[in-house]
Amino acid sequence: MEEVDFETIRVGERVAVLEKAPITRLQLALFAGAGADHNPIHVDEDAAKAAGLAGVIAHGMLTMAFLGEMLSAWVPQTRIRRLSARFVAVAKPGDAITCEAVVAGKAIEDGEKRVELDLVARNAPGDKLQLGRALVVLP
Amino acid sequence: MRNLLGKEYPPFEVEVDKRWIRSFAEAIGETNPIHRDEGAARAAGFRGLVAPPTFPFAVVMEAGQSFMVLDELGVDKTRAMHAEQSFEYFSDLCAGDTITGRQKVVEQFDKKGGALHFVVTQFRLDNQRGEHVCDLRTTVVVRVG
Repeated sequence: MEEVDFETIRVGERVAVLEKAPITRLQLALFAGAGADHNPIHVDEDAAKAAGLAGVIAHGMLTMAFLGEMLSAWVPQTRIRRLSARFVAVAKPGDAITCEAVVAGKAIEDGEKRVELDLVARNAPGDKLQLGRALVVLP
Repeated sequence: MRNLLGKEYPPFEVEVDKRWIRSFAEAIGETNPIHRDEGAARAAGFRGLVAPPTFPFAVVMEAGQSFMVLDELGVDKTRAMHAEQSFEYFSDLCAGDTITGRQKVVEQFDKKGGALHFVVTQFRLDNQRGEHVCDLRTTVVVRVG
């Protein structure tokens, strides 16, 4: 991993992008187990319909995991201080999610080189599914 | 809606093993070897296989506490949505760790003239070494009426 340079990154710069393969029902089943989220609307078509949905929907935490993956591919994970996301729309099986991180601000505070990032996860048509924020501390 | 502000839930303990971290990485399609290969994790300076950034939410789900507040409010879960999630990190979460978690209700408010009810709970996670690992904030929104 190439070290990110605090001096050269600019506010407004897109510093990271992650394109994920389309979400599959198998992935939702695996995430139900590994994420310990057994809500049937993510894996059981009948339960999803009974809840008024057109079909199963992805776990919000699966899409948020993609935001985390993008960040930890950009900087070593230990540099991530905070990560947050607002869930504005749901992902469905077949959706190929793309995540992006844009520099929202940078400052030296308490002797630390801090970078604030705006994060977004979109589906293929470009709908925003999650809007996030992260704070990373650079060396 | 019942006021639960300030309520604290009993602490819980969850053990995190290698298999769980590997299966989480597999499920999200994360290929970084620090989540799968112990040698790679140690070479990168971790005590063992390290959990991906959003894994702490799986820990609180495993404890069965994430949406406990909804049961207490008597809310039909199909009317509730996970609206927002945040993590603040203090130290690494690695395979072999026993995590102690403590949850409290930190905010509760209405929007849209009471049509939407928001509940925010905070979890503090510590490990068996006495280190503060992570704080999580979970915002759940309930459609009322």
